[in-house]
Amino acid sequence: MTKQTSERPNGPVAAAMLAGGIGAAVLGVATLLVEIVGDAVKKPLTWNKAVGALSGKSGLGIIAFLVSWAVLYFILKDKETKFEQMAAIALAGLGIGLLFTFPPFWHLLAGG
Amino acid sequence: MNAHELWTVVHGMGFGFLFLLGFTGALYGIYVMKPEWMTTEGANANVRNIQIFLWVLTAATWLAVFSGAYIVYPWYRATPPEGTVDLTMFPKFHLLANENTAFWHEFGMEWKEHIAFVVQFAATMVAYMAQYYGAALTKKPEVRRYVMIFFAIAFAAAGVAGVLGAFITKAAAVH
Repeated sequence: MTKQTSERPNGPVAAAMLAGGIGAAVLGVATLLVEIVGDAVKKPLTWNKAVGALSGKSGLGIIAFLVSWAVLYFILKDKETKFEQMAAIALAGLGIGLLFTFPPFWHLLAGG
Repeated sequence: MNAHELWTVVHGMGFGFLFLLGFTGALYGIYVMKPEWMTTEGANANVRNIQIFLWVLTAATWLAVFSGAYIVYPWYRATPPEGTVDLTMFPKFHLLANENTAFWHEFGMEWKEHIAFVVQFAATMVAYMAQYYGAALTKKPEVRRYVMIFFAIAFAAAGVAGVLGAFITKAAAVH
């Protein structure tokens, strides 16, 4: 018997949401580290010379998004999660990504 | 219009504009998926179009970001040869050379180049959630709410990137 769409577990959706938050957070953290630490982080993240460190920062974010989605999907695909909690965590991750990529925040942390 | 200028247009006015323009319609399509507003037949007919629309908009965000970061951005940030006086062909350095325009790089481009990547994560989440639940979204108000929240975040971030891109292009276009 085919499962009705409304009976499907929300695990896969939770995985997608969490992955989005993780990807954004990793992008944000990588960006902040480059700004605060400088060349020690910037040079290893210059994966493409023409693009500069943005290539590594965004690359890490995208890799984190895709890998975490795959892993979390495998873990959660048949599970029912606390949807609001998962969504809140995803929102927090997006929030970190947005905040840590905001230039005045870098200057605030750098004391400038 | 040369190839650099054409790609700048494709990035911003093509892919970016497609997402920004399509957002309102897609958001409304999700908003109206209320059980008291829709019959089962209506929900089933409506949701397929929304799913396709959301994946098209998501693809637009990925194409906008990658065309921006890997095609246009290298031209923007290219380093001028030693002794170059006319920096018109080197937008980043053209902006930084003048204290009245340096803000457009130090704040504008620095923010734009990073915030844009958040758009694609949020948009992909939204498209997947709509794909997964389909017409069952009518029975899931809490999911619908978060779909709209994530979508609004994607739109706001894309709006920031788009507006900053427009101003930066006005101040120092890629030629």
